[in-house]
Amino acid sequence: MIYFDNVSKIYDDDSVGLHGVTLKIEPKEFVSIVGHSGAGKTTLLKMILAEEKPTEGKVFFESTNIHDIRKKHMPDYRRHIGVIFQDFRLLPHKTAYENIAFAMEVAGRDEEEIQADVTHVLELVGLGRKMWSFPHQLSGGEKQRVAIARAIVNQPDLIIADEPTGNLDPENTFEVIQLFKKINDLGTTVVLTTHNKGVIDSLNRRVITMEGGKVVRDEVKGGYVL
Amino acid sequence: MWVNTKRIFKAGFIAFCRNAFVSLSAVLIMVVTLFFIGCIIFSSALLKSSLQTIRDKVDINVYFVTNSQESDVLLFKKTLEKMPEVSKVEYISQDQALDNFRKRHENDQITLQALDELGDNPLGAVLNVKAKETSQYESIANFLNQQNLAQGDNSIIDKINYYQNKDAIDRLTKLIDSGQKIGVVLAIIFALISILITFNTIRLAIFTAKDEISVMQLVGANHIYIRGPFMVGGILYGLTAGIITLILFYPFTYWLNTYTETFFAGDGIFTYYIHNFGQLFLIIIGSGIAIGAVSSFLAVRRHLN
Repeated sequence: MIYFDNVSKIYDDDSVGLHGVTLKIEPKEFVSIVGHSGAGKTTLLKMILAEEKPTEGKVFFESTNIHDIRKKHMPDYRRHIGVIFQDFRLLPHKTAYENIAFAMEVAGRDEEEIQADVTHVLELVGLGRKMWSFPHQLSGGEKQRVAIARAIVNQPDLIIADEPTGNLDPENTFEVIQLFKKINDLGTTVVLTTHNKGVIDSLNRRVITMEGGKVVRDEVKGGYVL
Repeated sequence: MWVNTKRIFKAGFIAFCRNAFVSLSAVLIMVVTLFFIGCIIFSSALLKSSLQTIRDKVDINVYFVTNSQESDVLLFKKTLEKMPEVSKVEYISQDQALDNFRKRHENDQITLQALDELGDNPLGAVLNVKAKETSQYESIANFLNQQNLAQGDNSIIDKINYYQNKDAIDRLTKLIDSGQKIGVVLAIIFALISILITFNTIRLAIFTAKDEISVMQLVGANHIYIRGPFMVGGILYGLTAGIITLILFYPFTYWLNTYTETFFAGDGIFTYYIHNFGQLFLIIIGSGIAIGAVSSFLAVRRHLN
């Protein structure tokens, strides 16, 4: 599904984001990426989202070179991916319902479909009662669940989660990871970065370890080893 | 397409209401700008009206000899009226000239007694000639002068007062030209400054939403969908500010009315505001909407990858 072909990224200040990364992520996989801060995890995710361009090499989504996608087609490409961040990045002046509906509106879905799916997905993440709350009225765990709902509502092929449990307590961390497992079980590919050893060890799925912009370990059923 | 347009307008309207503080500051800055643009319009009308009043006071007086025939003077009047530079010629007969003189000196008994002692009317007929532009007086005066010289001793013209007033007329012509040019340049400069201030305020308001814009891009929103609500917001800033400005102008011009009556030939600025409300409405509201929409368009463009 995703293929990194010898990808390097050197920033303007000569710092190395990625160095000769080659890896493949298959459909329906659950892949965790671990490493110290600055190891290149976020750069790798940004490459998939086409937020960064590689200095060398190519990144493919299915058979498409992501960085050859024309600007006007980028929104269409991004609708194949659901993104979740550590800091939630919800639209602050929209309610939980509107945040999720927005992702559907931009995809051109009709009102009836939006109403049905948003309600359903909010029930799924356990926030049926808080759909009219604004982000500042929600706890960290609730905000992250809204972000997850927004990421999955368009039934994307891939979910990218950049340290999604970084701001959550253990209980919310557990619940969020359970949600990711459920999403993956339903057939969506999940790529997760985290510093949480407990999360990685409990998942018992594929783990890619990065260091200095390189992939130093790639285990099918790995644990958190730095 | 219709659904998207509806969603964009709805999102823009909701954001305008929910970001009340940001909206309020943008609207207030825009009120200042639009008020300023309105003041420029009023000043320009004031200047135009004052210049017109001054212009109306400038004319060339052609004095005829006392023994000239009325028919000759009227024939001369017709010749002058045919000139393209001439806008109006007023005929003052000998009797009328005498009446005017008496009225002007009604409190000066010595002058009136002297006049009575003369017996005959010592004043000749007069033609007051008005040109379309003050710069055209010279060519009219030259024409009159040529007529005068051509007829030599038989000339019925006694005196043309243009050459006595030439300096004053020239200075006035220059003053009017400079006044108009400086007025236009100042208006453009100040309007640009106030538009830039508004643009920066809107840019700042949108800068606070730059994270939102990046999130919108990541969830797959296209540029129209991201930019649209901000532009609707900008249009709403302009519309609201325009309405507030027009309301503010009502008491403002009412208060200034008595001070400006002399400039508007007795009518005052309030009457000007009421009579030209339609035009002012279009300019103020139109400027507000245009400034808001263009500023938002440019400000969002900075944050779109």
